[in-house]
Amino acid sequence: MTHQSPTLSEAQKRELHETALRIVSPGKGILAADESVGSMAKRLAQVGVENTEENRRQYRQILFSADDRVSGYIGGIILFHETLYQNSDAGIPFVKMIRDRGILVGIKVDKGVVPLAGTFGETTTQGLDGLSDRCAQYKKDGAVFAKWRCVLKVSETNPSTLAITENANVLARYSSICQQHGIVPIIEPEILPDGDHDLKRSQYITEKVLTAVYKAMSDHHVYLEGTLLKPNMVTSGHSCSTKYGPEEVAMATVTALRRTVPPAVTGVAFLSGGQSEEEATVHLNAINNCPLAKPWILSFSFGRALQASALRAWRGHKENEKGATEQFIKKAEANSLASQGKYTGGDNNYTDAGQRSYGSCYAY
Amino acid sequence: MTHQFPSLSPEQKKELSDIAQRIVAPGKGILAADESTGTMGKRLEKIKVENSEENRRYFRDLLFSTDPSISNCVGGIIFFHETLYQKSDSGKFFPQVIKEKGIVVGIKVDKGTAVLNGTDEETTTQGLDGLSERCAQYKKDGCDFAKWRCVLKISDSCPTSVAIAENANVLARYASICQQNGLVPIVEPEILPDGTHDLLRCQYVTEKVLAAVYKALSDHHVYLEGTLLKPNMVTAGQSCAKKFTPQEVAMATVTALRRTVPASVPGICFLSGGQSEEEASLNLNAINQVPLNRPWKLSFSYGRALQASALAAWQGKTANKAAAQEAFCSRAKINGLASKGEYKASGSADQASMKSLFSASYIY
Repeated sequence: MTHQSPTLSEAQKRELHETALRIVSPGKGILAADESVGSMAKRLAQVGVENTEENRRQYRQILFSADDRVSGYIGGIILFHETLYQNSDAGIPFVKMIRDRGILVGIKVDKGVVPLAGTFGETTTQGLDGLSDRCAQYKKDGAVFAKWRCVLKVSETNPSTLAITENANVLARYSSICQQHGIVPIIEPEILPDGDHDLKRSQYITEKVLTAVYKAMSDHHVYLEGTLLKPNMVTSGHSCSTKYGPEEVAMATVTALRRTVPPAVTGVAFLSGGQSEEEATVHLNAINNCPLAKPWILSFSFGRALQASALRAWRGHKENEKGATEQFIKKAEANSLASQGKYTGGDNNYTDAGQRSYGSCYAY
Repeated sequence: MTHQFPSLSPEQKKELSDIAQRIVAPGKGILAADESTGTMGKRLEKIKVENSEENRRYFRDLLFSTDPSISNCVGGIIFFHETLYQKSDSGKFFPQVIKEKGIVVGIKVDKGTAVLNGTDEETTTQGLDGLSERCAQYKKDGCDFAKWRCVLKISDSCPTSVAIAENANVLARYASICQQNGLVPIVEPEILPDGTHDLLRCQYVTEKVLAAVYKALSDHHVYLEGTLLKPNMVTAGQSCAKKFTPQEVAMATVTALRRTVPASVPGICFLSGGQSEEEASLNLNAINQVPLNRPWKLSFSYGRALQASALAAWQGKTANKAAAQEAFCSRAKINGLASKGEYKASGSADQASMKSLFSASYIY
């Protein structure tokens, strides 16, 4: 612990840091289009579309053929392995289509959750075996960032100390391996919104989880400037009887991050979890208007919250493709504005400075 | 770990946060006048003055009765126990003299180091026994903040994991107890400058130590917004063959802090260690010019670096009192400017050219 064996050269650090900055450059966020085959089955079933490889390819094409407008809204797109090697109808590789729009390509590299024996339904995430070789190959094939999702849940007994430390550790191992190959790791310790816990409880647990994550990052010598964090926003559980406004969600979220995420982390790109498109955007906007000092970029890494309308507009019909793409572009633009605190849609209007009250920070 | 038992009410949090903000208000820092009797002996011996209680009282009186304008650059003064109950020549108790100037009164509460068996003379710090009762009494007697110093050293084998973990833990216990009694804890994990190690090694060790400290503070549920940090600057060892500029010291220091200290910590007040008065001011100034986002105040908590000239001017003679006070005021003003990055040492280049000496190097 007392001597440093340098993990990265100056040039490697520069590459990682600059990549991270480009993904979350002002007004930009991430499209999470990395749904596994199983997850896509659920999405497609909702619009009555069969889960075939061809349908998945058609659907992703709708997103990737968005015109130049998205270049100002999307800094990076996370792909699932299959998608990285698919082409458009015209035979153009998806990777090329994305890069031609000035957007960076990311790849989901974890292999799903597995149970932790002796816990109440808690999990860790697998995928470390051969990860180094896979990262080297993905880098050759056009990916410059990666994503790995860990999952924690809130209940009377959860999350346990074991779940927190094990998931923090595996996230740190994954990060360390990615960086060796010039790939920026997105670190995702998702705390599920399932449950009836209130906002305070969610904040408390988020703080404990993130502290453990960054201790593990330090222990594993991860270069923080070359990473991004993809956390949950701090919200009450789905079944909580108390409802909280966007400002409360924002204060709880920003307070939790200020207490745990070192300023050296380049950016925080929130997951949308079970939130609707509008909810996620409004929350992100409130977060960016929160009056507490925020030393990192606060943006989005949304899956459903960017795609739900597009998916519904498409319903598997070729003639709906343009309309579906347009829906996606609109959502991307809304979240781009929210990431700058400038979203005026819905009933949330922040153009009148000081009109929304964020309340006392001492209650958090 | 999954349920929060709130340790502080919103009112208690506000009180602690307000105290911390007052201490590190813009342009202000801390005078560390808490030398133990033994340490004062060393200081007084240098100017051939007897280490009597009266002489210690006289010198502290000299500092505390300086022109009231001192409160423009001194936000807090740390006392040793004995001094808290001594009086000024005017007949007023020292805490009252200080408070009338609008300066916050602090108290050293640790009871010195104790050896960790099985290590190469590494230490922990004692003083937890009855600390809660002592804090309650100090609060009644006029104190609003406390200080506790832990010590680590760098050598081929040090610091060891046990030294890091043990000192981080004891700092967190101390901090937790202070907050329960309305005292803002200054957390001081000093890494000694003794040794031949270079700047990078010091930075590496500082990052590991601070990561452990903030993990421990989280584990012990310490309210970060109501604490201050008193770390060493990142410097090469005193016997290192290579010399480093203030800009290099500043980049290494700010980088280490950005990677480990959460943004919710309101202020970082550096110790001066073995640095000369001018060195400590130049380094603090450079730190406040580093072109990286610094979400905490970066100020001073200096002992020797504020008092050396005053001691030398005094020489134990009452006739020299005014000159000694002038010397102290001068250093205090300089450090006040340095805490804003506005100190221009005579003969040094202006701010613009100073900034260009910072390389945007990723080697840190």
